Amino acid sequence: MTFRKYLVLAGVTVFAAAGDSMLSHGMKQTGNISLHHLSSLLSAVLNPWVAVGILLLLAFFASYMNALSWADLTYVLPATSLGYVLLALVARFALHEQVSALRWMGIVLISGGVGFVAGGPSVTHHHDNVALTGQDESSKPHLLPTSARGGAPADSQQHVRAAGRGDL
Amino acid sequence: MKHLYTWTGILLVVCFSVMGDTLMSRAMKRVGDLHALRRRFGLGTVICRIFSSSTFFVAVGAMAIAFFSLMFSLSWGDVSLVAPAAASLTFIGNAVAAKMFLHEKVDRRRWMAALLVAGGVALLIG
Repeated sequence: MTFRKYLVLAGVTVFAAAGDSMLSHGMKQTGNISLHHLSSLLSAVLNPWVAVGILLLLAFFASYMNALSWADLTYVLPATSLGYVLLALVARFALHEQVSALRWMGIVLISGGVGFVAGGPSVTHHHDNVALTGQDESSKPHLLPTSARGGAPADSQQHVRAAGRGDL
Repeated sequence: MKHLYTWTGILLVVCFSVMGDTLMSRAMKRVGDLHALRRRFGLGTVICRIFSSSTFFVAVGAMAIAFFSLMFSLSWGDVSLVAPAAASLTFIGNAVAAKMFLHEKVDRRRWMAALLVAGGVALLIG
């Protein structure tokens, strides 16, 4: 894991929490949306809080796509779990919502659970993605998918075998 | 009635989020490390490779449905309930889907995390 990759994971965390919070604030201003009046959905999108929330969620999406390109889904989601805590803090202190002690405990448990997994390896090595995600970028010789190259290169196959032994 | 709307919305968010996340993960693994690709071939190539993936668009479609379900849910319930509950259940669904469809190595550590998250969700409901 490089500093850049930690930065990408931090981006996923912060953008998601900030985007959700702004979206919530904007939706509370807009009021309930009825299935019979879908035009109210369009006016909700024009609310500045909702608009900024959508922009932040787009930034989250870009960071998330980047993270998924080099890490497992079951690694990215836990690794960005700090967002739940951030969200609760924003809900309590910025949106002035009531967050009960039980909900706080739930949020702590969720964060603890997902933090539990963060210390493990970030990616499962498969033949079709090992050359793309399993190596340090400075030493990465192949950038096209294995299928496009017509088979895994020898060094990638060694990498897979090493991963199977738990050497990585 | 408000709770029924909220939890129906949360379930919709979870179903479409799991579908979107799983497909997006598959699409991005096929595209490759975005940073390395951008450095070597430029941003245009990266964008072309992403947009040439049909899986990517199906994933975006599923995520869009999840997003609008989230908007409905947030207008009916508190963000401190809707967002963590949907995200936590999505996490569990993703762990199952990642093992079944993406063949990720979901080891004991990751399953343990899923159980702890499930406990957290139970507390959130309570």
